[in-house]
Amino acid sequence: MDTLLFLVLAAIAVACGINVVLQRHPISSALSLVGVMGALAVLYLQLGGEFIAAAQLIVYAGAIMVLFVFVIMLLNAGSERKSARHLWARWAGLPLLFIFVGLMAYVIQALLPPSGEVSFGGFDGGSAQAIGNRLFTIYLLPFEITSILILIAIVGAIVLARKEID
Amino acid sequence: MNFYILSLIKIVVVVAVLMHVLAYLQWIERKVIAHVQLRVGPRRVGPHGLLQPLADVIKLITKEGMIPSHVNHVFYLLAPFISVAFALISICLIPFGPIIQVAGVKTGMELTDVNIAVILILGITGLGVYGVALAGWSSNNKYALLGGLRSSAQMISYELPLALAIAAPLIVLNTLSFRQIVDKQSFYYFGFIPNWTIFHSPFPQIVAFLVFLTAGFAETNRVPFDLPEAENELVAGFHTEYASMKFAAFFMAEYANMVTVSCVATLLFLGGWQPPFPAEYGSKFIPALIFVASALLCFYHGMNPARPLDRITLPIVGVISLIAAAVYLIPIAQPILLPLFWFGAKVGVILFVFIWVRATLPRFRYDQLMRFAWLFLFPLAMLNLFVTSLAVALTAK
Repeated sequence: MDTLLFLVLAAIAVACGINVVLQRHPISSALSLVGVMGALAVLYLQLGGEFIAAAQLIVYAGAIMVLFVFVIMLLNAGSERKSARHLWARWAGLPLLFIFVGLMAYVIQALLPPSGEVSFGGFDGGSAQAIGNRLFTIYLLPFEITSILILIAIVGAIVLARKEID
Repeated sequence: MNFYILSLIKIVVVVAVLMHVLAYLQWIERKVIAHVQLRVGPRRVGPHGLLQPLADVIKLITKEGMIPSHVNHVFYLLAPFISVAFALISICLIPFGPIIQVAGVKTGMELTDVNIAVILILGITGLGVYGVALAGWSSNNKYALLGGLRSSAQMISYELPLALAIAAPLIVLNTLSFRQIVDKQSFYYFGFIPNWTIFHSPFPQIVAFLVFLTAGFAETNRVPFDLPEAENELVAGFHTEYASMKFAAFFMAEYANMVTVSCVATLLFLGGWQPPFPAEYGSKFIPALIFVASALLCFYHGMNPARPLDRITLPIVGVISLIAAAVYLIPIAQPILLPLFWFGAKVGVILFVFIWVRATLPRFRYDQLMRFAWLFLFPLAMLNLFVTSLAVALTAK
């Protein structure tokens, strides 16, 4: 059952991910990306990371992607035109892609320490309290640094967007 | 009992009730606004227009489902579906009453009890904006596109004060599950003041409640924040190109969102299904008393009818009210009915405020809307959060 659920969700995520690249219209691509986020959120939920799942929904699917869609709509971006493919890309593209993916999978598997068996519902450290405790004790420094980074980005955006007043 | 059968029964009950509430909410809205504006409102279909929702639904279903030729078909058809789906999904996280025992089966009066329900409901309602945005974009119409753009900008802006307003009571109550939130509001200060979050020590959350309600108006695209469908600027906004059931889907989503916001406000700030004063002072007789009063009123007006038909209809309504009052006095039924009554009453009051505001206030201008969100609501919610955190930190043991 666990394997089946995982396979279904992973298949949805990967299919949506491929769809992001395949779709010619930006809105379709953006919505496929939302699909990826949604599938990932459900996977997190199944693995016991409830808070992460909800945060994934709110932050990525609910805020960032809405902003993407908003910008695409605002600029009224049309669908992309297909350009003639290079000879190289036509013949060597797919095989090279498969080799690259295979290599990546192999390297990641070889580098990571072997993990124990993972089962849905086996992990219960994903509640809001647990994450809060970790975030404000062990990971306090990275947390604060990240927030300063985001603050800098916000200030930068405001400075760039401000109208020049003489 | 089997978990699946039990869930199925609960789903059927909730869906049936919710659909009727949504249909009749629209009737109530039309009636209330009519009376505020000194009109009578719908009264042709059935007594006092009570069958008007049915007539509307039949009209919308049997209407031709036109699809304009210039729209983007996939997203045009997907948009109302997204709107309605996310609006209805969020209801399944709302508990309507305490854990009850019926015929030996113990169950909570909700579809699911998630321990992060408050956050999850924010996430699900946040996804509903795709419906409006896509509807505006896929219609391929400048008014619809402007409506869609406005709604996405508005929802992103108002989600901030909304989330901050929710965060403050969560800090006070220290939990994310709706059931525990309500359980923590079940005591009374000095024996009679309820410790609902709006009165809760160490810092009453009245400001957070008002910010939440205001942002809730904007999130549900209601007057005075209904810029996405401002009819004197944008024809009908994002749903200009929609007809028949696809159009009705947007309306259903709007009303469902209204119900969700009212339910969340009730649970977070108004103590959910807890009565406003303790049972020792007789709060369990209030529903029966209200029904008896309405029965007496009906009998009185039945005796002195304004219209000939009232001589028959009003006594019938009075008898039904008396039966309802009797049901509320049955001791076995009280643990189930009383919480439902108080929950329904509070949600009803907030829904009435929604309608009342729509009948009273004019629409904001777009720049006013944005300035209000960013320069007033957001700092206010932030300040409230800050003071609340400080109060909680200082009084913590």
